[in-house]
Amino acid sequence: MPAPPAIQLEGVGLDFGAAPLFRNLDLCIGAGIMTVLLGASGVGKTSLLRMLGGLVAPDYGRVAAADGQSLAGRVAWMGQQDLLLPWATVMDNVMLGARLRGDRVDRGRAGHLLDCVGLSSHVADLPATLSGGMRQRVALARVLYEDRPVVLMDEPFSALDSVTRARMQDLAGRMLAGRTVVLITHDPLEACRLADRMLLMSGHPARLDAMDVPAGAVPRAVDDPGVLAAQSMLLRRMLQ
Amino acid sequence: MTVMTGSSAMRLLRPLVTLAGLVAVWAALARWGHVPPYMLPGPDAVARAVWTQRAQLAPAALTTLEETLLGLALGIGAGSALAIGMAVWAPLRRWVMPMVLLSQAVPVFALAPLLVLWFGFGMASKVVMAVLVIFFPVTSALGDGLRQTEPGWMDLARTMGATRWRVLVHVRLPAAMPSFASGVRMATAIAPIGAVVGEWVGASSGLGFLMQTANTRFQTDLMFAALAVLAAMTVLLWWGVDRLLARALYWQPRHVDVD
Repeated sequence: MPAPPAIQLEGVGLDFGAAPLFRNLDLCIGAGIMTVLLGASGVGKTSLLRMLGGLVAPDYGRVAAADGQSLAGRVAWMGQQDLLLPWATVMDNVMLGARLRGDRVDRGRAGHLLDCVGLSSHVADLPATLSGGMRQRVALARVLYEDRPVVLMDEPFSALDSVTRARMQDLAGRMLAGRTVVLITHDPLEACRLADRMLLMSGHPARLDAMDVPAGAVPRAVDDPGVLAAQSMLLRRMLQ
Repeated sequence: MTVMTGSSAMRLLRPLVTLAGLVAVWAALARWGHVPPYMLPGPDAVARAVWTQRAQLAPAALTTLEETLLGLALGIGAGSALAIGMAVWAPLRRWVMPMVLLSQAVPVFALAPLLVLWFGFGMASKVVMAVLVIFFPVTSALGDGLRQTEPGWMDLARTMGATRWRVLVHVRLPAAMPSFASGVRMATAIAPIGAVVGEWVGASSGLGFLMQTANTRFQTDLMFAALAVLAAMTVLLWWGVDRLLARALYWQPRHVDVD
């Protein structure tokens, strides 16, 4: 994997219909760390992520990698749904990116990644036969197969039950270490477990405030006192 | 709530029971309804006609079946090609779709005499007729399916650096298959109608032709026999196509009855 870049937003503005979602937003997303974006629904988290992924262009300002090269082709995406193709096997879903680009598929690597996420006995299964947690693990393996230095995740674990979610956080925290990751969540616990840097998004147009991050390396334990204290503080702040 | 209802034997038996009930009503009407046999022959008379006239019915059914199958193949092919063309190239959609819609405003059956004039009394005019009736359901079903690709998949494909054609082949077309399948099922059910209407207007063989001649000779039992053969043929064809589609769409949940 090439060195993960920092991402710079300069004077970014974006409108949603007639309403301004962002105005003059400046932000630097750190290289090789997990940046967590928190905020209420409708505040524009997903729009920000889509701008980072090149799925929407900002109306004003610019979004660029700090190393001066284009971000295109360096980003992997993980959405709110697992977005698995129901007609393709687990293995084929993992290798989807290669198929869509016309690259040679690497079954060995896909198999290894499925092994890493604990699905080596399900390579030939169809997504419909898997549980929600297993499906998100396939989606994670698909992200890892892309092997991109930047990973954008839009509430990837929000549909999972809390136990499965905690396991997925451990797995994602470990597997994505060293990449430039932006994770959107509305779950304070998830933010406190995974964030190297935490940004709270609020208001119209949206403002970003840096929050204190608990000590310790990502992924932090669910019962870490620092994590739990930070979580309750964060929740109190979000309730204001 | 969805529930799986009954075994496969029950599934097969249920329409047969319904059919038997309808035939019983028909038999009662023919027998005690004061309807003369030349207007409504009883089911026994029709069954007899199917057997005694089999030398006429079999080749006629074969002709109609050939026309139907050819019409289906060509109609599904052409309909799919247009739907795909419109999905990948927006100008085609803008220019052609209004015409496709307009063509549906013209009753295809009114065109039958013209088609016979242009394509002759042979098979060609009936095949064209069948193609015309199934073209629209196929085009619109596949077109709808292609337009409703899950937006999340398109986003994912874009971040993966996919090419347009590969997205079409690996994502949009497979995703449109359930919708396409319902278009094909509908086409299968109505294609024989197209062929038979073509035969009514002018033909030298086929079930429609046989019905027409039987009608002018007051051979009502033969007419009903031809109708029964046509119905049986359509049902069998539909069943075969349905099984084929269910197998092709292996990843779709099985049919369940919804209460």
